[in-house]
Amino acid sequence: MSSIRALVVAGNGTNCEHETAFACLQAGFDEAASVPIWDLLAGEQRLADYELLCLPGGFLDGDDLGAARACANRYRHGRIAGTGQRLWDELRAFVESGKLVLGICNGFQLLVKLGLLPAVEPAPRQCVTLTFNDSGRFEDRWVELVCDPRSPCVFTRGLERLALPVRHGEGKLVCESEALRSQLDGAQLVPLRYAEPETGEPTERYPQNPNGSPRGAAGLCDPSGRVFGLMPHPEAYLHRTHHPRWTRGDGGQAEEGLGLRVFRNAAAFLSS
Amino acid sequence: MRAHRIEVGLREGFADAVGERLCKRIQEQLGIPVEQVRCVDVYTLDVDLTDEQLAQVAAAPYCDPVVQRSSVDAPLEGGFEWAVEISLRPGVTDNVGRTAREAAALALDRPFGPGEGVYHARQMRLRGALERDGVERIARELLANELIQQIRVLDASTFAAGGGFEPLVPAVVSRGRPAVARVSLDLDDEALQALSRERVWALSLDELRAVRAYYRRESVCAQREACGLSREPTDVEIEALAQTWSEHCKHKIFNARIQYREGDGEPETIDSLFDTCVRAATEVARRDKGERDLCQSVFSDNAGVFRFDEEYSLVCKVETHNSPSALDPYGGALTGIVGVNRDPFGTGMGARLIFNTDVFCFASPYRTQRVPRPLLHPRRVLEGVREGVEHGGNKSGIPTVNGSVVFDERFLGKPLVFCGTGGLLPARLHGRPGWEKECRSGDRIVMAGGRIGADGIHGATFSSEELHEGSPSTAVQIGDPITQKRLTDFLLRARDEGLYRAITDNGAGGLSSSVGEMAESAGGCDLDLTSAPLKYEGLAAWEILLSEAQERMTLAVPPEKKERFFALASRYQVEVCDLGCFTDDGLFRVRDHGETVALLEMDFLHHGLPRMELEARWSPPDEPEQSPALPEHHGALLLAMLGRLNICSKHYWVRQYDHEVQAGSVIKPLTGADDDGPSDAAVLRPRLDSLQAVAVSHGICPRYSDLDARAMAECAVDEALRNAVAVGADPDRAVGLDNFCWCDPIRAPSNPDGDFKLGQLVRACRGLHDTCVAYGVACISGKDSMKNDAVIEGLRISIPPTLLFSLLGLLDDARQAVSMDFKAPGEAIYALGTTRAELGGSEYYAQAGGRGGRVPRVRPAESLRLYRALHRAIEAGCVSACHDCADGGLGVALAESVFAGGLGAEVSLAAVPAEGVARDDALLYAESAGRFIAGVPRGREAEFEALLDGCACARIGEVIEKRLRIRGLAGETILDEPADALKAAWLAPLDW
Repeated sequence: MSSIRALVVAGNGTNCEHETAFACLQAGFDEAASVPIWDLLAGEQRLADYELLCLPGGFLDGDDLGAARACANRYRHGRIAGTGQRLWDELRAFVESGKLVLGICNGFQLLVKLGLLPAVEPAPRQCVTLTFNDSGRFEDRWVELVCDPRSPCVFTRGLERLALPVRHGEGKLVCESEALRSQLDGAQLVPLRYAEPETGEPTERYPQNPNGSPRGAAGLCDPSGRVFGLMPHPEAYLHRTHHPRWTRGDGGQAEEGLGLRVFRNAAAFLSS
Repeated sequence: MRAHRIEVGLREGFADAVGERLCKRIQEQLGIPVEQVRCVDVYTLDVDLTDEQLAQVAAAPYCDPVVQRSSVDAPLEGGFEWAVEISLRPGVTDNVGRTAREAAALALDRPFGPGEGVYHARQMRLRGALERDGVERIARELLANELIQQIRVLDASTFAAGGGFEPLVPAVVSRGRPAVARVSLDLDDEALQALSRERVWALSLDELRAVRAYYRRESVCAQREACGLSREPTDVEIEALAQTWSEHCKHKIFNARIQYREGDGEPETIDSLFDTCVRAATEVARRDKGERDLCQSVFSDNAGVFRFDEEYSLVCKVETHNSPSALDPYGGALTGIVGVNRDPFGTGMGARLIFNTDVFCFASPYRTQRVPRPLLHPRRVLEGVREGVEHGGNKSGIPTVNGSVVFDERFLGKPLVFCGTGGLLPARLHGRPGWEKECRSGDRIVMAGGRIGADGIHGATFSSEELHEGSPSTAVQIGDPITQKRLTDFLLRARDEGLYRAITDNGAGGLSSSVGEMAESAGGCDLDLTSAPLKYEGLAAWEILLSEAQERMTLAVPPEKKERFFALASRYQVEVCDLGCFTDDGLFRVRDHGETVALLEMDFLHHGLPRMELEARWSPPDEPEQSPALPEHHGALLLAMLGRLNICSKHYWVRQYDHEVQAGSVIKPLTGADDDGPSDAAVLRPRLDSLQAVAVSHGICPRYSDLDARAMAECAVDEALRNAVAVGADPDRAVGLDNFCWCDPIRAPSNPDGDFKLGQLVRACRGLHDTCVAYGVACISGKDSMKNDAVIEGLRISIPPTLLFSLLGLLDDARQAVSMDFKAPGEAIYALGTTRAELGGSEYYAQAGGRGGRVPRVRPAESLRLYRALHRAIEAGCVSACHDCADGGLGVALAESVFAGGLGAEVSLAAVPAEGVARDDALLYAESAGRFIAGVPRGREAEFEALLDGCACARIGEVIEKRLRIRGLAGETILDEPADALKAAWLAPLDW
């Protein structure tokens, strides 16, 4: 079996690259490289050499033009030194090659703004967005999530419920049309939703739903299930002491946190 | 060429969450009946572009196609009664504008040249029956700060008739570089002092005389003549001296010779409070620890360094940014946090930043009396500071793990904004200890990061003055977290590749300080300002040297590494420039365009400052003991106590700060069954691959200063250690940081009790010394800020003397950490430590309208024995909850542990270990130091009691469901309240 390698694109405002790379290693990747986007633009590192592309959380370009917008612009127009090729070309080739892409928080915002999610049309086009939370403010809080067992999403396979933190100001998922929203729901492209802790039902109630996303949508995948983005942070729950109520026994006694399962699913898919 | 405007706003039909939040704040804080606020982003492009290019940029990247729309050179349509547009003043850092410029250049594949700019402004469209003066008030008092922003207001009809707002380009009008001026010091004393005031040098007469004498030395004159300089100082030299000798940089008061007299006692001479108290305490504490001493680098670098484990050191620094935050709370706090980030980053070979802390002191946000100009309303200060730290911390990817907010009316004069940062440093780098740096003659002086502008000029001297109506607006600046993030990403890589030999930050005093300090280790410098990168032309040489423009580090780069260093910087889009070299000729030399503009002997620059001589006196204040009436209803009293500003929940802050990025958090700031109980301290696991952990805590109790600043300092140290022990830290493996914020302690006609304030400082320093020595807690770093007064309209407002003591304590296994919430019914509840009749300065007396009386004192021997025993019990796993008793005493601590656990408690006050306390209210609300409550799981009580043998420790009750029930000394139930009601009272006051 060939080795599997994860690439975590860092720099220019990302801030979760260390724990995201660590999560990949813990999950069984043979290599997890945290590579500055500058090395990709310098042509020193190539996406094609990796099997999982992680776009970690942060504030790309300070989110100055809206979350991840300026960085989406950088991916679209930035050229790789010495080749004349755009980073965008490499990224599209990577997605089309059947490999895995995971965007977390700011990385999810980036995938959406590049039109790589939900990707229900042949050509990438931005048709949904992640906009300001209904509260109008950034918040850090843990939420309860429920997964859709019928979703094609590779990353949520076998997961039913999990608790993870959200840490964002722009996480409300808005579709350009009601028809598109129905289409996403119908095709099970919303693999996880904010849920009521007691019932596990998807919720629009604040603060269980921290941003006002309709029907509690917390993430999206493409129809192949290989490209996945989510607002909550699975890399923030790798160890049981990450759970906010671990001193109360919540989250169980296993040393490993449930967030790691998202990365294990990726490793399992690539190894099979 | 005319400038173009692109407006971007939400499409009609999409709710504007940010606008709605603003609308609510206008209604609540100003009482103006605004019905709706909608926000528009405005990009003004001062560059020649075609219509197609403008349309392209407007569509993407400036606009989100799903929810937004844009327009070029025409206003966005939409119904409103008033429009307010807020642009930055020329020269103020424009982060969004910078990103918008970069994005346009990339999208159009057209590099922007010098003079071609993009500027960002915010437009707010208001609906409602409003008058112009109401709208202007909204703009002035809530939306904009006129020090750094300009406001334009249009009513709807003028807006429609004129096609919206005209393009406004806030570019700095370029002028040539002003010539270097000579400054004559051949003046009489009065004229000399007048000149110092006028030029914001903040030099005393003694200091001015010392400078004058230097320039009269024959050897100096000869040396100057050889370099083509006159006998008179240049403005570059005198400004560099003023900065280097500022209170901010030299801590003159802490190093002064003080004649001190306490009460009717004999006068004594104190030869430097720093040497005799702070440094002495650390030396003794370290010596006492022997082989277990953790310190690796103290008081010598930008931050203190101590041992974390075999492979890593921890680095920490806490700073204040009070004066800038008073003038512009957002910018002041933002630069406060990104500024202190650069301290651990500029320590040793540079640490990776792993946590921030923040402690704020404000006046009540609910103040209704008038606030004199230029002071800002405390609510506005609070919101601005909160947001500044949010942006600075969150965007830098550094978790804000610990903090507090303290309220006292006197913080109206100056808010205190303490920002701290910790870092993780490899214990060894390239064969040397990571905390060491060196700088050799011949190394290149390299500046990396942001450009130099007029921002922040005179920050160090300004903060060494009281706030007055003419305080300079250039002292205010806006930080840029993303430029700094790129810089730190790049420099960590350069560090690991071994591309530099020394690093330090550019903070107060700018290049003058950073290069001046580094030059001390090499023996001199030859600094050339000719090619220093500027934000705009027109800066004089002295301004370039002193600018405190943010996001800059200075490095010593060996010549052979320069090429790789510069190539890597260019890849990371970090600006770097070569500014000359370090030398060993003992001279601080500055050149500009081939001319020597400053030539000072290093020895004079750093050691020529005359020692300050001060007088101090202290006697106990005449504050009679309070005797409040017995409470009629204990339940109502507890609810009122929980709703006091100093006790109530601070979740409004905590939730808006990312407190868990980097995946190190073990004990989060909010904890318990509903994630909302107040943790005593943070616990972090900075290495993902290890269970070794560190607790981060602090103590601060300014209220006690009114009675005795010594007690205030003792209690701050004790509270910090107690909080860390409560979450599981080992009391024998802790280090501290001291930050003094004082009111002007120099007696003058305008400050007649300055000698008393200095007496309070003497008492506080001795309290710090004795407590640190007794606990064995070494101070690794500290800072003081001495002019926290405002003189406004002839009135002096002085803050209460305040020591913030921050502490880091180690835990070997993160899984042994303890949180403060009760865990299960049936657990035993213990009270630890002795409650005494110490209610002076307490929250309880403040609630009753007084303060005098016995102030809490620390008894370190007794407390340390308890802390060690408690720590052993925690390690043994027989403590399920632990909470320190501080503001509001036992009563508040019990209530917090109860509602945080979603449970209840039944306790008896008669069982509480106490000395000389005869009243129920005193037992509940005394603030004696060294106390906790602890929950012990059923079946572990005997083991727990055995471990606590010899300490004040008693079982006072047990955990029950959902109610707090307290029996008084007489045995009857005096309080029986539902836990939910207690929690609601605690959450309500700052639940915005």
